[in-house]
Amino acid sequence: MTTMTAHEALYRALSEEMQRDARVMLMGEGVATLHRDLVEAFGAERVRNTPLSEAIVAGCAVGAAASGLRPVVDMLYAPFLTYAMDAIVNSAGKLRYMSGGQFAFPMVVLANTGAGWGVGAQHSHNLEAWFVHSPGLKVVMPSTPADFYGLLKSAIRDDNPVVFLNDMTLLHQPGDLTDEAEAGLVPIGRAAVRRPGSDVTLVSYAKTVHTCLVAAHTLAQQGIQAEVLDLRSLKPLDMGTVLASVRRTGRLVVVHEAGPLCSVGAEVAAQVAERVFDALKAPVRRLSSPDVPTPASHPLEQAFVPQAAQIVQTVQELLGVPAEAQLSTS
Amino acid sequence: MTPLEMLRQMLRARAYEARVAALQAQGPFPMTCSSQGQEASAVGVVAALRPEDRILTNHRSAAHLIARGADPARILAEVMGKATGYCQGKSGSLHISVAELGVVLTSTIVGGELSMAPGVALARKMGHEPGITVCFFGDGAACEGIFHESLNLATVWQLPILYVCENNQWQAFVRRQETMLTEHVSAWGAGYGLPCQTVDGNDVQTVRDAARHAVDTIRASGKPYLLETLTYRQRGHYSGDTEAHITAQERAPWLARDPIQRQISRLLGEGTLTEQVLSELQDAVHAEIDAAVRQAHSAPYPAPDALCTDVYA
Repeated sequence: MTTMTAHEALYRALSEEMQRDARVMLMGEGVATLHRDLVEAFGAERVRNTPLSEAIVAGCAVGAAASGLRPVVDMLYAPFLTYAMDAIVNSAGKLRYMSGGQFAFPMVVLANTGAGWGVGAQHSHNLEAWFVHSPGLKVVMPSTPADFYGLLKSAIRDDNPVVFLNDMTLLHQPGDLTDEAEAGLVPIGRAAVRRPGSDVTLVSYAKTVHTCLVAAHTLAQQGIQAEVLDLRSLKPLDMGTVLASVRRTGRLVVVHEAGPLCSVGAEVAAQVAERVFDALKAPVRRLSSPDVPTPASHPLEQAFVPQAAQIVQTVQELLGVPAEAQLSTS
Repeated sequence: MTPLEMLRQMLRARAYEARVAALQAQGPFPMTCSSQGQEASAVGVVAALRPEDRILTNHRSAAHLIARGADPARILAEVMGKATGYCQGKSGSLHISVAELGVVLTSTIVGGELSMAPGVALARKMGHEPGITVCFFGDGAACEGIFHESLNLATVWQLPILYVCENNQWQAFVRRQETMLTEHVSAWGAGYGLPCQTVDGNDVQTVRDAARHAVDTIRASGKPYLLETLTYRQRGHYSGDTEAHITAQERAPWLARDPIQRQISRLLGEGTLTEQVLSELQDAVHAEIDAAVRQAHSAPYPAPDALCTDVYA
């Protein structure tokens, strides 16, 4: 085992995959400036600084992917992806299908997102549902260094375009990684059970997985066992794991930072209602940020992100715990 | 391609577009964006290419495809949504790619081809593969920001791309003069530091010669080049366009400079073509298109399960 941050894990994965496969390359604003080690190891051809031109950087990755390379593009911050939507959505996501399978797009689009840095809504905006909604793409959003590592390796090896979203507040959190590179691969499309439980299922991804774990700890003190699922991969979505859990617990709370409307949580809730309605002992609940731009001010930013206390209270309500008996978690 | 072969290819493209227009006039038939009038630009550029070169094109692509050797029966099948189409009916007319001919990543998002061309060229350059990448787009696409980003990246990274701007005077339903203060797109290209040339796009031999020069320059330098062909869209933006906004005064001089009539007159004048040979050529071309229509009509539609195939690799 080695302990490292998610950011270190990402670059370890990238470096290993570039070593493993000469077709893997990295493009983005500042990548060659900030990762001299990669330039030295793999050459300036494969580690390329780009102009501040998100549309052409993404388009270039699409063309290169269809022509034999396996590009990884660092788009910096998720809101900047709006400049690159044509390449990602119309080209990478659609042109395999539209060409009758003539092309494949093995590429990874990296972008940072998430509240916690006080940088405001044009650097912090959880756009994952946009890409989940777009045919032909895969979308991952890990929560632990081991998953940043293992999912990036899988994303680079995948023959399809993968949008890889980094929750910024997680990048400098340390975690344990296996030293066996191949054993560290994390398959895209499989959720992880972070904590087993029998009374309620908490489904989440990225930073709010940790919030759910804090809430589950508090609930356990009250004798309530919450199962915490980390989706990790938002497309494909591992509904099998979610449905199996809800069948056992009969209660579901979905928690994420992205806004509520047409969100991943909305999809999870809808599928649970469609497919295991008979197992539900209480209505499905969703906790998310409100439908507002991410604020910059620290207290507002804290209010924007779902907190453990809200999760605890929501679960207590689902279980019919009387208000006077509810634990104070503030 | 000889001058006569270039004429033949232009006749094939014209006959194809004329037949599609006739089918559309007869009754329900899918919409298309016709390349009629732009045949010299397509055939002249493609004539300068090698098999290993790659082409990215757009919604107005029939002449490019036919000049490159695509089978009109399979193009028509694609337009009609048939399983035998080049994209198994999943493209329709607007984004036909034919990988086996090096026609890759066709996009109908105006400027989409400009977005992907640098990546195609980069992959081939890094893989030490021979061949250049040709990107066909219009003056409308030159007004997209991606045109400017693409040219800038291609010059900075020294990518072997032939940018071919088919300046056909119209951008969907808007005259070029309403959207750009420069007469020629090449003036914009020059600002990015790549060699640029504007030529008469309705003279196939002029286009072929200019394209040869451009291609030779790219092969020698490894750097991009912009060739602008001045031409005219003879049939409106799309098949449902009434063209009520296009005046006879505007159209007349362009029709007088029709690329096919010009090449016919030239070859007849030179004595390399006779009326007899021309008549035989026309008959052969129309027979080919007749057969293509029959073939496409009798081709099957995709099976229902094709709906969900080829979404992912």
